[in-house]
Amino acid sequence: MSVHITVDGKLIEIEPRAGQVLRTVLRGAGITSVNRGCDAGDCGACSVLVDGSAVHSCLFPAHRLDGQTVTTVAGLGSERSPHPVQTAFVEAAAFQCGFCTAGMIVTASTFDEAELDELPRMLKGNLCRCTGYRSIHDALRAVRNVEQPEAGQAATRSVRAPAAWRVVTGREEYTLDGPDSEYRTGASDTTALLHLAVLGSPHPHARILSIDTSAAEAMPGVRLVLTHRDSPATAFSTGRHQDRLEDPDDTHVLDEVVRFHGQRVAAVVADSLADAQRALGAIVVEYELLPAVFDPDLARQPGAPLVHPELTAEARAAAPERNTVAEEHGERGDVAAALATAEASGATVSGTWNTARVTHAALETHAARGWLDADGRLVIRTSSQVPYLVRDEVARIFELEPQRVRVFAARVGGGFGGKQELLTEDLVALAVLKLGRAVQYEFTRGDEFTIAPLRHPMTVSVRLGATADGILTAIAVDQLMDTGAYGNHGIGVMYHSVHESVAVYRCANVRVDAQSVYTNNPPAGAFRGYGLGQVIFAVESAMDELARELGIDPFELRRRNVVVPGDPLLTIHEEEDKDIAYRGAHGAGQCLDLVEAALAAPGGLPVPEGWSVGTGMALAMIATVPPRGHFADATIRALDVPADVDGSTPDGALFELEVGTAEFGNGSTTVHAQLASQVLGTTPERIRIRQSDTDLPGHDTGAYGSTGTVVAGMAVYRAATALAEQLASGGAREATGHSDGTPRSVAFNVHGMRVAVQPGTGEVLILRSIQAADAGTVLNPEQLRGQIEGGTAQAIGSALYEEVRVDAGGEITTVAFRNYRVPKFGDVPVTEVLFAKTHDPLGPLGAKSMSEAPYNPVAPALANAIRDAIGVRPHALPMTRDVVWRLVNL
Amino acid sequence: MDLIGVREVRMAADRSDLVFAADEIPLGGGTWLFSEEQPGVGGMVDLTGLGWDPLVEQPDGGLTIAATCTLAELRALPPRVGRTAHPLFAVAVDALLGSWKIHRFATVGGNICLALPAGPMTSLTAALDGVGVIWTPDGGERRVLIADLVTNVCETVLTHGEVLRAVELPASALAGRVAHRRISLAHLGRSGAFVIARLDAHERFIVTITAATPRPYQLRFPGLPTAEELADGIEGFVRDWYDDPHGAPDWRRAMSLRFAEECRIELGGAA
Repeated sequence: MSVHITVDGKLIEIEPRAGQVLRTVLRGAGITSVNRGCDAGDCGACSVLVDGSAVHSCLFPAHRLDGQTVTTVAGLGSERSPHPVQTAFVEAAAFQCGFCTAGMIVTASTFDEAELDELPRMLKGNLCRCTGYRSIHDALRAVRNVEQPEAGQAATRSVRAPAAWRVVTGREEYTLDGPDSEYRTGASDTTALLHLAVLGSPHPHARILSIDTSAAEAMPGVRLVLTHRDSPATAFSTGRHQDRLEDPDDTHVLDEVVRFHGQRVAAVVADSLADAQRALGAIVVEYELLPAVFDPDLARQPGAPLVHPELTAEARAAAPERNTVAEEHGERGDVAAALATAEASGATVSGTWNTARVTHAALETHAARGWLDADGRLVIRTSSQVPYLVRDEVARIFELEPQRVRVFAARVGGGFGGKQELLTEDLVALAVLKLGRAVQYEFTRGDEFTIAPLRHPMTVSVRLGATADGILTAIAVDQLMDTGAYGNHGIGVMYHSVHESVAVYRCANVRVDAQSVYTNNPPAGAFRGYGLGQVIFAVESAMDELARELGIDPFELRRRNVVVPGDPLLTIHEEEDKDIAYRGAHGAGQCLDLVEAALAAPGGLPVPEGWSVGTGMALAMIATVPPRGHFADATIRALDVPADVDGSTPDGALFELEVGTAEFGNGSTTVHAQLASQVLGTTPERIRIRQSDTDLPGHDTGAYGSTGTVVAGMAVYRAATALAEQLASGGAREATGHSDGTPRSVAFNVHGMRVAVQPGTGEVLILRSIQAADAGTVLNPEQLRGQIEGGTAQAIGSALYEEVRVDAGGEITTVAFRNYRVPKFGDVPVTEVLFAKTHDPLGPLGAKSMSEAPYNPVAPALANAIRDAIGVRPHALPMTRDVVWRLVNL
Repeated sequence: MDLIGVREVRMAADRSDLVFAADEIPLGGGTWLFSEEQPGVGGMVDLTGLGWDPLVEQPDGGLTIAATCTLAELRALPPRVGRTAHPLFAVAVDALLGSWKIHRFATVGGNICLALPAGPMTSLTAALDGVGVIWTPDGGERRVLIADLVTNVCETVLTHGEVLRAVELPASALAGRVAHRRISLAHLGRSGAFVIARLDAHERFIVTITAATPRPYQLRFPGLPTAEELADGIEGFVRDWYDDPHGAPDWRRAMSLRFAEECRIELGGAA
């Protein structure tokens, strides 16, 4: 039965099907200003107004539609005629990836003054993973955080993101917002998009003896059913790095053996998603159950069931016969002797710390759309931080020339490392190549919990020895990490986790044991901090304990031991990596001083009566670029168009910048426009940017390892500098720039926390949160503040609230936001952000990277503050209320 | 989310429409039904078409809440002289993990029939001696205390074809003095323990524990108990503290005991 509704001022005829929700109806009608974040009413990204009242469109039953007026964020206003809340979000810089913004603005557009005073309650149905909410609070209180500098003055100013107006008016395209015309050109069938759904394994380890797909193939709308019989034989890793050899080739598009609960067994491609999903139930699979192992410590013992007995040396896992993906054991100096001496004449401490599985919770789930273009090339539009690396690997898997594959990303709705993977594109490619038609595969929120990689859980033992004066004489770290059933990022995370976390301190005797182990748990992968956060939690907790043992102030203990400019950065080897050094000013020292002084100054929330108070701090170091090469190319050209395109810049030239790196809320695009406009003497609006598309000239390793400013930004800076020189001398109107990401530097972050703990209930209230960052030249203060606040909020989540739970059979049991506590508006305190005054000669205009780094010191600072408050040291994350209550009362 | 197994949704116009096929279920606000996959559900009967008065004041001061009354409607009910328990309505509505956008559709009956331990409408109506009016398939009705209606996690006494029509809150309970405590693992999160205590006109002390347990547990004392009597009563009665991602069982037990004691003191018990 068809009915009419009015959407954003237009009357449309719809034919809702039983069981559908409003969101599906809207997106089916081509209205892309409504986003799908969780599909369960938990996140609010899909909020729209129905007859003036805000609703989650994913929960509104479509059969109740008849004559209503629906308003999405696009209907609220436009750049020319914006709603006041849209203007406020632009002026406050109140978004990063922007995927939650549509729902946030729609919801807030209904608030009256009284409700604006109750934001924690009024916004508890709207999640933002990027910002930490402070900027959203600013927007709703009409605080202006952005500025509009004069031509040539944009660097170091709080310029707004180029996409700001498109984001707040629902016009910015995300992965699945492309127009139908995009895939209807060329060799693909010119009819509708097909949808792909996946059948997951009900077993944690099993061999597929048979799959009968005949009943599924006969179901309505079904076009194709894919099984391991259709899979290319080429093994690969879902984890993507510049050097593909950094991850083990242990994965197939579809495999005869499934190694974790939920792993893809078969895929159905059908006319509609519902058709595809319904057909999954008709696939008959016969399994032979295989023994499984879930405990990483058991997995490495002799006799444990093997997860990957099939792997040969060619796959590059260190020792599959011991379920070991990677391991490192080594010692510099003599740790045992140093500990014995410290025991006698100084102090030693030791302990073992554990961290939980965590999901990235980017509001946009993984998704890809593929088709064949007019030349028969495979095209994939995907939610990826690394489109070039996906292109290279898809070409390799399917034995295509790389130039026969184009991969591009529109704006990506959040990443945090989770999209440095190849998770959807391989199945889409297989289906497109088989059918010659456009195919879409979108992860559900449940998939994000169960089959997208999570943060590696780790067990880390630390022993420290020091003289009575607090000079470290021994550091021993023993790290064990569960990489799950596949080794994507299982090698890199392990090596990184025990590098800067240890090298941050000068110490003559260091021992590291690290092991990355396969289990039949769901895979872990890259997560903000890339392993450092887990080990820093342990090391900085141990340092805090050492300060207590010695009776030395924790800031002072770090000062006495932290590396200073010019010091070698060492762990277990006598020689430091050749391409990394601590250059420039004493960023670590400044950060320590800034936080110590701020904590000593008055401020913060009052202490509730009867609660215990404690203070804690932690230090973190991170390399500014990943090792072994990170590449970016940029091309910039002066356009031959009239200068007065928008009439506002009488002498403004217009430039087109092409750079491969992706924008997922990191703000790189803003910085690129700032750098280019600074050099070329214009304003950021005059820089048109094309990005994250393998059809652009050159290469881009991708947006990981916090490289958007220091690598891609450097390429942009060099291209713009070359163009400026050429234009001044009447030369060519196009120039290129390149960066290879080496040599590298280090950056520091120090976090200070004051907390109150209610001993009777375990509640932790953050009274004061302060972070100092050694970011070099701060190219965009407001954006950097947002990165640090967002990183802090994400870290507060993993420190106090979040845990992806796995049962004894390897099945994830927390599969929705309602059972997984991503911090909400009311859960995140104000964080005071302070910047060290440093300059990095390696970064563009002296900047350092600062995206992952802010996350790392937060959990140990909180743990140390809780220890100070309750007198008992926490040894595991998350430190939920029940856990803290137990520490106090048991 | 789209419910792919649903072939038909019938909008109920009167009671004769409340006849359910084997794979048909009643639909209230839909805020939970559409939030998870519903395997096995082939059809839904939309109760919102029945036009039940959401809130009916009874002459004796009692209140009848239609099963289809939304949480927002309940929260907006004006206070009434002598209805000392009235503030509990807003407290319970705000205890729902879902926000005000959910409150506009989520129904009191739906929340009770879903029978989650943290269902705040169960907490509220059980604590106020609410009686569920159940329409039976034969055209009759039966009445069950809400405290007994929810029997376990996602289990109730309702059988297939039965529909919760309303919850009747007696005037005596609404006129009691109440105290309440709630905690979750995050500020404004899903309840891990929710304790409501009430002192009625006859000085009887009734304490209701929800969220910490798979079903509501209600203890009745003839007068204000001592701290020891209260704790012993709870310990002797509740054996199955609930375990899920919203709190460990030992913590839920401790919070329930702590909160019950705090409520006892708030209602005049000796400290």
